[in-house]
Amino acid sequence: MNTFPIGGIHPSDNKEWSKDKAIEVIELPNEVLIPMIQHIGAPATPIVQKGDRVLTGQLIGQATGFVSANIHSPISGTVTAIDAYPNGQGQRRIMIAIKREGDEWLESIDRSTELKRECNLSSKEIIEKVKDAGIVGLGGAQFPTHVKLSIPDGQKAEMLIVNGVECEPYLTSDYRNMLERAEMMLTGVEILMRALNVERAVIGVENNKPDAIAHLEEVIARDNYRGIEVMPLKMRYPQGGEKQLIAAVTGRQVAPPPALPISEGVVVSNVSTAIAVYEAVQKNKPLIERVVTITGKHLGSTHNFLTRLGTPLNSLLDLAGGLPEGDVKLLNGGPMMGRAIVDITGPINKGCSGITILSGKEAARGKENVCIKCAKCVEACPMGLEPYLLSKLAKLQKWDMAEEHNTIDCIECGCCSYTCPSYIPLLDYIRIGKQTVMTNIRARATANKK
Amino acid sequence: MNTLVLTVLTLGVLGILLAVILYFVAQKFHVEEDPRIDDVEKMLPGANCGGCGFAGCRAMADALVTRDNISSLFCPVAGGETMKSIAGFLGKTAPDKEPMVATMRCGGTCQKRPKVNHYDGTLNCAVVNTFYVGESACAFGCIGYGDCVDACKFGALHLNTETGLVEVDPDKCTACGACVKACPKGLFELRKKWPKNRAIYVACRSKNRGAVVMKACKAGCIGCGKCAKVCAFDAITIDNNLAYIDPDKCKLCRKCYNECPTGAIRLENMEPLAKEPKVANTPASDVVAK
Repeated sequence: MNTFPIGGIHPSDNKEWSKDKAIEVIELPNEVLIPMIQHIGAPATPIVQKGDRVLTGQLIGQATGFVSANIHSPISGTVTAIDAYPNGQGQRRIMIAIKREGDEWLESIDRSTELKRECNLSSKEIIEKVKDAGIVGLGGAQFPTHVKLSIPDGQKAEMLIVNGVECEPYLTSDYRNMLERAEMMLTGVEILMRALNVERAVIGVENNKPDAIAHLEEVIARDNYRGIEVMPLKMRYPQGGEKQLIAAVTGRQVAPPPALPISEGVVVSNVSTAIAVYEAVQKNKPLIERVVTITGKHLGSTHNFLTRLGTPLNSLLDLAGGLPEGDVKLLNGGPMMGRAIVDITGPINKGCSGITILSGKEAARGKENVCIKCAKCVEACPMGLEPYLLSKLAKLQKWDMAEEHNTIDCIECGCCSYTCPSYIPLLDYIRIGKQTVMTNIRARATANKK
Repeated sequence: MNTLVLTVLTLGVLGILLAVILYFVAQKFHVEEDPRIDDVEKMLPGANCGGCGFAGCRAMADALVTRDNISSLFCPVAGGETMKSIAGFLGKTAPDKEPMVATMRCGGTCQKRPKVNHYDGTLNCAVVNTFYVGESACAFGCIGYGDCVDACKFGALHLNTETGLVEVDPDKCTACGACVKACPKGLFELRKKWPKNRAIYVACRSKNRGAVVMKACKAGCIGCGKCAKVCAFDAITIDNNLAYIDPDKCKLCRKCYNECPTGAIRLENMEPLAKEPKVANTPASDVVAK
């Protein structure tokens, strides 16, 4: 069974808490907050004013530039404010507040539930529709999908890899999507293949989800989805990383930045993104909802919710029985790559695949000790870096040396910190180094242009 | 015995021979250097802090000697007097700069700015800043893990564990600017140093609206503008819900301090004005601190 060649760890996957919970459609929120930045790239510009009436699916934030994404209203109602509100991390970002009145949709959106498989659009038209719908990578990175699909001149895509790995512990939203919305997902994959002009698509799924693998294979055979195959992968974290997945599926390695996966003829997309693409292209439905897992050992009940974007986190927590008693740590995402949430009034955004709730005891870090030079972090790094060194260079603020040692290749998967027997917060410092080096590189590039 | 004599002799002869060679090599490859560089370096404080913008005191001394115009060079550690004597020694005109002092602009003590979450990760401000806003609800305030204290080479900063804030010792501060660079929240500013270490400044950086500030911190600037109205010297500007006192225009009259409803304006080494200032019989010139 395939997997990526170097590094990686085996955290316990903890998916049993929420994997058997079917996707529930929850009641519409009465008030939503829509951040103008829910993607990588330039923030969208609000195009509505306070007091405007908006319909579900209406464009309220216009993408600024190519690497940016449109933002649509997830409910119908009145815009009550455009102001800076705190997000989950407590940082204030420009958001549009909408108060719900009824549930009126834009007329152009097809709300029927039957599957519409036929698609005769050209590649350009599909990309245009994906762009209009504001679709970004729903696996967590939030990279605008239309940018990925627009292949630069002189390069050609050979295959599409669909990311159904979901290697992050606890999270089950992609898994439930594969089980319950396989037809939509596979049609979305067909549309993506059409957009990319490729004949072959591989859905990578880890072998801790045998029922998803079996179900997808069954649907592919039954409904005759040509050119799509399911590839079981040996469970290992971080297999869901773009480069790790490409290596696992094709055995090819993507060169370090600025090279993109397309240089190896591959485009990677998430399973949930494929569903969003299907809805955008076939049903004209912009990205206004997503599946969010609410999970944790100490939670009253765990769920997989289909929720509108902008729903406040606390309303989802209330549905899951409220916060458990005592110290808790809330994470936007899973325990490996998730970001801690300090403000539960913040909204669910496009990249939020789950909320993990850990008890204070589970989240506690060990006491930091000295490095014993065991090289476990080097062994665990899936990018072949030297985490102990990068962390130390960042601590000493030796940015030039950190750059020489390719700190910007770090994918922030956290394997190094997880594996360190001395509990050294390696990634915390590497992240600072990475950010500073990126700033330095950008400053140099602008200086060179002048 | 024979071996001993032979060894001492061989090494001694070898030593003398190499010394002679080295002497001639040193003569041959001697680099002509202005002797004044050494003298100027001795006059500089030798802290090698980088506050002047050069790699160290030697590089600064080199620049002082070789450049014709030294008006842009200034050693914040040595101060104006030393710069004048260096300029006199070199026969150049000294830059005229007022002494400066670092100012920490956050008044959110543990009591006034309650913690809303608990952080048990790496105790480093820059690290915390990559995750989130910090343990309080204020996104602009002091994180309190002392990156600036580590950056200060003169021991002028210390973390007050009671208030959770960093304090500046103006007598030790040399205004090298290391703390300004180290603070991820940009709380430090180099301000004009008044006699007797007096100071008045807005100890807040929050650009939030008043209601948001009040919720997070009882000592924050709410941008009400009362201080700007009362200021007779146009020294106070309100930008993005935040007041700023221009140290060049401020005359330390302290009227703004009395007006501030939240106590965001801070006085140092000065008594506040009496609640009913006797404006009528006090000429403006007397109010100005000397």
